[in-house]
Amino acid sequence: MEDFVVTHRGVTRRDFLKAGGAMVVTFALPGCATTSPAGAAPLPVAGTAWPAKLDAASLDTWLAIAADGSVTASVGKIEAGMGIGTAFAQIVAEELDVPVDRVTIVMGDTATTPDQRGTGSSNGIMTGGAALRRAGAEGRAALLLLASKKLEVPVERLRVQDGRVFVADDPSKRVSYGELVGGKRFDVKVTEKPKTKDPREYRVVGQPVQRFDIPSKVRGEYRYAADLVVPGMLHGRVIRPPEAGARLVRVNESQRLPGLVKIVRRDDFLGVVCEREEQAVDAARRLEVEWTKPAPMYWPSYDALFEHLRTAAPKVTQADKENRGDVDAAFASAVRRVEARYEYPFQSHASMGPACAVVDVRDGGAIVWSGGQKPYPLRHALADLLKLPAEKVRVVWMPGAGSYGMNDADDCAADCALLAQAAGRPVRLQYMRHDATGWDPKGPPVAFTLRAALDAGGAVSGWDCEARGFSGDVRPSGTDVAGDTLAGQLTGLQAKSKEAPQFPEEGYGFPAKRKVSHLLPWLHSLGTPLRTAHLRDPDGMSTCFASESFVDEVAYASGADPVEFRLRHLIEAGEIAVVQAAAEKAGWQRHTAPRAPEGRIVRGQGLAYAPRHGSLVAVVADVEADRATGRFRVTRFTVAHDCGFVINPLNLRGTIEANLMQAMSRAKHEAVRFDATRVLSVDWITYPIVDTTEVPDTVEIVMLNNTPKAKPHGAGEPTTRPVAAAIANALHDALGVRVRRVPFTPEAVLAAIRA
Amino acid sequence: MSETIEMTVNGRRERVAAEPRTPLLTVLRNDLGLHGPKFGCGLGQCGACTVHMDGTAIRSCATPVSSARGTRITTIEGLASGGTLHAVQQAFIDEQAAQCGYCINGWIMTAAALLQANPSASEEDIRKGLSGLKCRCGTHMSILRAVRRAQSRLSAAHKA
Repeated sequence: MEDFVVTHRGVTRRDFLKAGGAMVVTFALPGCATTSPAGAAPLPVAGTAWPAKLDAASLDTWLAIAADGSVTASVGKIEAGMGIGTAFAQIVAEELDVPVDRVTIVMGDTATTPDQRGTGSSNGIMTGGAALRRAGAEGRAALLLLASKKLEVPVERLRVQDGRVFVADDPSKRVSYGELVGGKRFDVKVTEKPKTKDPREYRVVGQPVQRFDIPSKVRGEYRYAADLVVPGMLHGRVIRPPEAGARLVRVNESQRLPGLVKIVRRDDFLGVVCEREEQAVDAARRLEVEWTKPAPMYWPSYDALFEHLRTAAPKVTQADKENRGDVDAAFASAVRRVEARYEYPFQSHASMGPACAVVDVRDGGAIVWSGGQKPYPLRHALADLLKLPAEKVRVVWMPGAGSYGMNDADDCAADCALLAQAAGRPVRLQYMRHDATGWDPKGPPVAFTLRAALDAGGAVSGWDCEARGFSGDVRPSGTDVAGDTLAGQLTGLQAKSKEAPQFPEEGYGFPAKRKVSHLLPWLHSLGTPLRTAHLRDPDGMSTCFASESFVDEVAYASGADPVEFRLRHLIEAGEIAVVQAAAEKAGWQRHTAPRAPEGRIVRGQGLAYAPRHGSLVAVVADVEADRATGRFRVTRFTVAHDCGFVINPLNLRGTIEANLMQAMSRAKHEAVRFDATRVLSVDWITYPIVDTTEVPDTVEIVMLNNTPKAKPHGAGEPTTRPVAAAIANALHDALGVRVRRVPFTPEAVLAAIRA
Repeated sequence: MSETIEMTVNGRRERVAAEPRTPLLTVLRNDLGLHGPKFGCGLGQCGACTVHMDGTAIRSCATPVSSARGTRITTIEGLASGGTLHAVQQAFIDEQAAQCGYCINGWIMTAAALLQANPSASEEDIRKGLSGLKCRCGTHMSILRAVRRAQSRLSAAHKA
């Protein structure tokens, strides 16, 4: 097995880069034995010491130019499936003035790429892209200096095209990047503010470049963590407590199971290691295990859960820093008051592939191949779990199935590390579907109460939003310590939980506004399948569902059209622009009450908008609903999207569409099922998601503020945010009734019609 | 007990030794090194493991290897002929129809079999025919565009 490097095209032999003389290999990675066949670097081995941290101030950490002029750029982010690697390549190509296909992006290896903590919060372009832009600009400046010396002309007279520096008024005088620095280090510091290219001159950034990872994906050649084969590798599977809080009593250690190499038990963590994968699957199924019968720690139903959320004493109460005015006075003097309650369930990441990791723990060190979003902190958590120094632990990110936040990937890496440590040989662990859907950390449930005070003129004088939920950060969004992992929790360690308040993000200029978030104690969160964590656009979908549904309710109560109402109360020009653009593109039909036409099949239109960390989105859903069955279909989505300057519009379109489908799935179908002792959603039947029969006929997308002057903001999550509210508002328009709890199943819609 | 099972995979005769009830998927991936088909659920619910058995799309995670005895298996690695991608594969590139791509094997293999069996499939036929596949990233819009594009390319090639 040869060493490889994960690039924006997919997995590539490390030698491929070496052939070009690129810097990433001139680091002379420790741990590469010298006994390999000529030219082929062997897979790195456990026991090696790797750099504690790469020097982010050194240009060589970010950029390397090979003798043939090809460029390798390293970044502390990962490809989550939205094509960011291609966008990174565009950014580097632009600053350096090289063709985009000459750039290779390397990501997510703690030994060879800079620690940017990995990917999350849709910040890939904002932080990873910005760092690469600086590195590219710094590299270009360094290359121009070298060229100036070599060609003996001042830098001002030099120009660059396709990686060749030439003299502006004498193009026959030229030298290539490869000739200038090929295979050698820059030995240059990255300054805080290098002179980057004027965006008005961009020729690659902003263009619809096709993704470099898709060709190998359609050929079946793209390699995921699940596809890694390491010589001598064994196969593991885990066995989870059958009920939340059950403790492991006894395992039949003498049970004869085909291919069994090891039963690994540590407190309540239990796993098996076998020679072959099917043997591990079989052994995990058949192993005789006795667990305690714990007292029920969940609720018998969602009704009971939401009742608990609404009545239990909070652990922490926080007020939004944007609260203003005297809300109580506004309600005391109100001519009319509107109040409504909304509820959002537990949801699963339910990644397409159950998480998979390969780990080798030997000779006082560990190497971990894993598909999570944040390999850099994971390195430290696994060092903590395995009781090894961090320099002796290397995490190599390999593509996983789409993760959408803190899915099961990091937990799998930790489980696999325990199995590999016990086995003393490399172990591959892929979760089963019931581990993935049943035991991934869940998006948290929230119960909202919204109230509005209207004055004599029908204007909103007070706005009150109360959220009562479990923090979405009980299982942290990055794995920093052993206790953050399920394996750690099952062995009695504590997670570094955070209390993350749940406030809707909106920009309405109501004179008095109060948003309060009560976070409830979640004593049994750890080591159970309902522990909560970040799920795409954490708390954004739930808070926006409540807030933007209620905006429609208040608009109608004050006799206003929902779009007019929003335009009247929004303040920021950008927010007004997205609402206007979406309504216009969708052919919004003004209405001051739900239209709820006659007949069995009825149509309606609903809008919702949301800001998200600097990006702005408005979505209009057109729905067609069947009054008799409660079934409905979104026939069209219209999106107005402002994330500033767009690096790759083709890619962004794909990302927006995918956000729409996933968010529609969450709104229509998704609630983790449970009873008083267990999670019952364990596969695609018990946790259904969207299918092709539900796909809208069209999606219209308007991109706003897409000018070189506008700073790029994240686009990986914002579109998700307003989708549930837009659909609920459209259903209300079509049916005249409101669904105030996600998901909008046929049963829920029918119940609303019949209520 | 392990048995020897013979089958033709991507045009090559293969002999594998495995427990007869081992999923075909496991044998393709671990014994034959074909990683295009993916493990998604092991329950036949998502389609990520789809391969063609004698020209029909099947779920290899829920197919015991013993039932592949003597059959002709095609995986996504064997879908292209020579250097030319199958029309469905090319259409998925043209429409940029992938996010994470973990499920994409299932869509391509199922769509290729669907269009082979029903070249003039209607929009409804395509949607229903692909409705048993999961995509968690939500790539459905571009996938449907890709399948329609492949269909028109195939029908143009057929007429030519």
